[in-house]
Amino acid sequence: MKRVVAYSLVALTTPLVFGGVGHHGSITDTSIALPSMEEIIRLVTLRDYNTRVVVIGTMVLGLAAGIVGTFMLLRKRSLMGDAISHATLPGIGLAFIAMTATGGNGKSLPILLLGGFLSGLVGMLCILFIRKYTRIKEDAALGVVLGVFFGLGAALLGVIQKMNTGHAAGLESFIYGKTASMLAADAKLIAIVATAVVVICALLYKEFALLCFDQNFSAAQGWPVLALDIVMMIMVVVVTVTGLQAVGLILIIALLIIPPAAARFWSDDLLKILVLSGVIGAASGLIGSALSALTPRLPAGAIIVLVAAGFFAASMVFGTARGLLLRCCRNLALSRTVGRQHLLRALYEWHETNTPTEAPTHDRTITHGMAIDELLGHRSWSAFRLRRVLARAFADEVITLTGADHFRLTERGMAEARRIVRNHRLWELYLITHADVAPGKVDRDADQIEHILGTVMVEKLERVLQSRTPHLAMPSSPHAL
Amino acid sequence: MSVVQSLAGLLSLGGLFEIWTELDTWIVVTGILSSVSCALLGNFMVLRRLSMMGDAISHAVLPGLAIAFLVTGSRDSVTMFIGAAIVGVLTAVFTQSIHSLGKVDEGASMGVVFTTLFAIGLVLIVRAADSVDLDPGCVLYGAIELVPLEVVEVGSWLVPRAVVTLTVVLAINVGFIALFFKELRISAFDPATATTMGINAQVMHYLLMTLVAVTTVASFESVGSILVIAMLIVPAASAHLLTDRLLTMIIVSAVIAAVAAAGGHAAAITVPGIWGYADTSTAGMMAVVSGVIFFFTVFLAPRHGIVMKGVNQARLALRIVREDILALLYRLDETEGHESLPPVSRLLRECNGTGRLLYTMGMAALRMEGKVQRHGNVYHLTDIGTKKAGSLIRTHRLWESYLHKYSNLQVDHLHFSAERLEHVTGTRMQQALAAKTESPPTDPHGKAIPGDAEL
Amino acid sequence: MMESHEATDPGVHVADPPEFAVDALSDALLAGAEMSEVPALAPPNAYEQMPVVVRDLTVAYHRKPVLWDVDCDIEKGRIIGIIGPNGAGKSTLLKAILDLVPKASGRILIYGKRYRRQRRLVGYVPQRETVDWDFPVNALDVVTMGRYGVIGWCRPVTRKHRQAALAAMDRVGMADYARRQISQLSGGQQQRVFLARALVQDADIYFMDEPFAGVDAATEKAIIKLLQEFRENGKTVVVIHHDLQTVRDYFDNLILLNMRVVAAGATRDVFTEENLHRTYGGRLTLLDEAVQAIARRDDSRL
Repeated sequence: MKRVVAYSLVALTTPLVFGGVGHHGSITDTSIALPSMEEIIRLVTLRDYNTRVVVIGTMVLGLAAGIVGTFMLLRKRSLMGDAISHATLPGIGLAFIAMTATGGNGKSLPILLLGGFLSGLVGMLCILFIRKYTRIKEDAALGVVLGVFFGLGAALLGVIQKMNTGHAAGLESFIYGKTASMLAADAKLIAIVATAVVVICALLYKEFALLCFDQNFSAAQGWPVLALDIVMMIMVVVVTVTGLQAVGLILIIALLIIPPAAARFWSDDLLKILVLSGVIGAASGLIGSALSALTPRLPAGAIIVLVAAGFFAASMVFGTARGLLLRCCRNLALSRTVGRQHLLRALYEWHETNTPTEAPTHDRTITHGMAIDELLGHRSWSAFRLRRVLARAFADEVITLTGADHFRLTERGMAEARRIVRNHRLWELYLITHADVAPGKVDRDADQIEHILGTVMVEKLERVLQSRTPHLAMPSSPHAL
Repeated sequence: MSVVQSLAGLLSLGGLFEIWTELDTWIVVTGILSSVSCALLGNFMVLRRLSMMGDAISHAVLPGLAIAFLVTGSRDSVTMFIGAAIVGVLTAVFTQSIHSLGKVDEGASMGVVFTTLFAIGLVLIVRAADSVDLDPGCVLYGAIELVPLEVVEVGSWLVPRAVVTLTVVLAINVGFIALFFKELRISAFDPATATTMGINAQVMHYLLMTLVAVTTVASFESVGSILVIAMLIVPAASAHLLTDRLLTMIIVSAVIAAVAAAGGHAAAITVPGIWGYADTSTAGMMAVVSGVIFFFTVFLAPRHGIVMKGVNQARLALRIVREDILALLYRLDETEGHESLPPVSRLLRECNGTGRLLYTMGMAALRMEGKVQRHGNVYHLTDIGTKKAGSLIRTHRLWESYLHKYSNLQVDHLHFSAERLEHVTGTRMQQALAAKTESPPTDPHGKAIPGDAEL
Repeated sequence: MMESHEATDPGVHVADPPEFAVDALSDALLAGAEMSEVPALAPPNAYEQMPVVVRDLTVAYHRKPVLWDVDCDIEKGRIIGIIGPNGAGKSTLLKAILDLVPKASGRILIYGKRYRRQRRLVGYVPQRETVDWDFPVNALDVVTMGRYGVIGWCRPVTRKHRQAALAAMDRVGMADYARRQISQLSGGQQQRVFLARALVQDADIYFMDEPFAGVDAATEKAIIKLLQEFRENGKTVVVIHHDLQTVRDYFDNLILLNMRVVAAGATRDVFTEENLHRTYGGRLTLLDEAVQAIARRDDSRL
């Protein structure tokens, strides 16, 4: 029965340690009090020593994590950081127990972190070992190490909690982070680690880049692939361990993964991605810790991660290299161009067949135009889409209305259509003469390419076709229209 | 405390029984139920290479729980299940869509999603911390020690509520796997084919993720998410090393999970005591015990274990050295005048690079088997030895003939190949070789091939 | 002997070869004769002149033997094609030469020395599919990677190296695309970038893994022209190839591979109906069975 009581006590006293600034505020108050102007100014000017330490510390941490994380992302090992960070817990617990057992102060941060570093390292080696010597795949190896090491850590923390020398001693803060309690010494440690990371990444930049891009080639050139991998992962362990205090072991992973993933949307240049990822990491740390300093009862670690997630979401949408918006716009623009070109070509060909002998532009005898139904049958576009294409063309004054639902090209439209049709036919001819495509099939193939033909390509086409085709100015269609 | 005492403490099961109560039984039952539920699903996660998804989901359900709680204001299981299941599926959906839309590496998109969700969950819980007795520590470690305290009446029997919940979840998982066994198998092995056959691998994937989320929630208040993560992967990974068949793998993983759960609790209340500490987190120890089982499997698994591979190799090496000795003695007999030759051990070392130890062991074994006799400093084949050696030589020279006839290996290279092949050639293959080569009297080097009849 | 000495991957071991054969040694001892000379293969003292010498090479991946007792010599100043059906071990042969896969047994010498000591002499063009073409680098960066070995540890890429890379790109007709992100290149262009990367390595022997796979006709022509330039400069090129139609035009020498070397020599001698049939028309079934048993480490005799 005694044990039951003990169990309940433990469960009830399990300390709720969060990264928040503190638990002031009344019990019923769940609203976020807006900070006063004065508070904001104090924060922005970093007048407060504690705030200064915390903000700078998290910022530098974000920077280092962002840079290391980029290589992990490109090596497709993002989740390695997850496993490694969980694997640091037993080391922290063991260090605490060992120190208390030898009569030392269990809370000596450097020793705890050293313990975390060593067990993170052991976890990493276990992953490499399992992957290499068993048939277990990488993902399961990560899972095994993560689960077992974390379980061991939890068991050790359980032991510590019941030790006579005092309660869990705030070791739980390593899980969730305790940003606000960051001391100048911690910030210094972070700064040293970050400097080391930046220096190593700068020195080994090309080695890491080659390894991530083409492992085989790197090995064939004689680079020690395994050693480079281990150096990379040791950096991850070090960054993780130093970040434990600040954001906790679950959320430090976010700083390793999110900034690089966000930066990737903005550039196709590795160096820029590295820098940007560092910047995003730093900004997340800065903004996150500042926000949580301003508003009570917001856990800093979580806020930092959410800020980073915000950066990620924004990058995914607005990124200038691979962002969704950009890709959507490009697709939209392409589909518009294609629609317009199809329309103009259809109209041009209509002009051609309806006025076979005369130049279509100045023929005033044709008052009627091409009927919309005819246009609709011309291609597999929906009526809705056709009307939108027509409306846009009309607005650009390339077509005019010649009666109810009848259209013809304007002079401007005719000039544009002539160019489009010419490209199309040159391409068709090229396909027929050089790629052995049956004339009946050519229209389709030409369609797919013609929209992206640049002037250079057209010139090349002209040169290629010159000898064989007499009417390069406007070749006649190689198939029935 | 001395080492002897420590060992005694570890070994005294009597000590364990002294402190074992009905509560412990319930704790173990709870642990087994949730471990087995997880392990069953884990097989498919491991096989589909989605192991880390378990970790992701078990972290990501936090906001689901928090929102369900904030909305309904109660820790009612059903609401929590629904909230968590939704978030669990969302994790899978978000991961998938960020991966495909944003062209982000799958692991990274998983990382982005679950850390973000976890952070949201943390914020929500902290915001509501004062009115909620839902704390993330509890989600991580669970409070398995409290399980027996909250009971419901089943029939006339008082059963802990968690046990009832977990039994239902286990039943659902077992039912799911039994019902969709072949669909799960094919979509784990080859999703593309599964889809062309009308089994939507995507749907199976999301169903699986939903169940993982539900299992996570069912487990979180009793055993915590640590155990979920460990039990999803570790038993399945161990089972994967032990067997090559899916059904066996599932059963083995369930057994391992159960053993780990039971052993974990026993370890939690005994092991720290060895060093004079109080008992510790049961969930953590369950994960540790599963890790220990995995560790042993890695080394000792009958086919895939590292040690067993070594043992098999050693056995094979011993057999080969025996065969090499026999063949060497036979060849020496053939050439006569072996009296003037260097000792067999040196010859063998120079010829085949055989180590002294291996040679000594091989020779000892041969003498025990009565295949070789020693006369002074010289070894001789006995009759059975000669027969065995003749068969080996026959195989060797038939191989040389075969390779000479059908491949274009250089004549002087035939020996190297035959030397290795002879050790894996049995009677059936020897006959096949003889048939293929039409039993020539001599090998390509002109040496006589011992006839089948003489042996 | 069957005990392994490669500690890297337990799934890969097959037998180590005996350093000397019993037969040969006892023959030698008894008859007082020297070991017989290898007729077609180069004698040991000629190894230093041979770009590549492969002896008794056996490689197995996870219980599946891929190469079995391969012997071959690669002669200087030739374009050598390696042909054979899928799964014949062509890529593995290249990787084994480049020390990228663990060997179960055998020796490989580059100009008489181990690969490790001759890296500078070797250029490698891997299969195009083996890398992630979404990687955030541009074409010039990839080509510059060929110089990394020369640049050495921790030193940055300088303008000099970039210019060398640009020159190489010019030679393969890719100078205009130097700043292009690699994912925006067509298959043929990606292949040319890889070629340019090999080019800046300024190697003596080039190994190319299916450079003609999935490229347009123009690229194919450009590649073969480049290979011929290499040959004129006395370099050696080893190419894995699939298209039997072009074999006669492209290669001076051939290695027909199907787990073992079926035939090797000058193209006009070995590119025969019979050899092709032997290469593509199935394997030696008994040998296959036995070899797999070795790889499985099966105690039960066949």
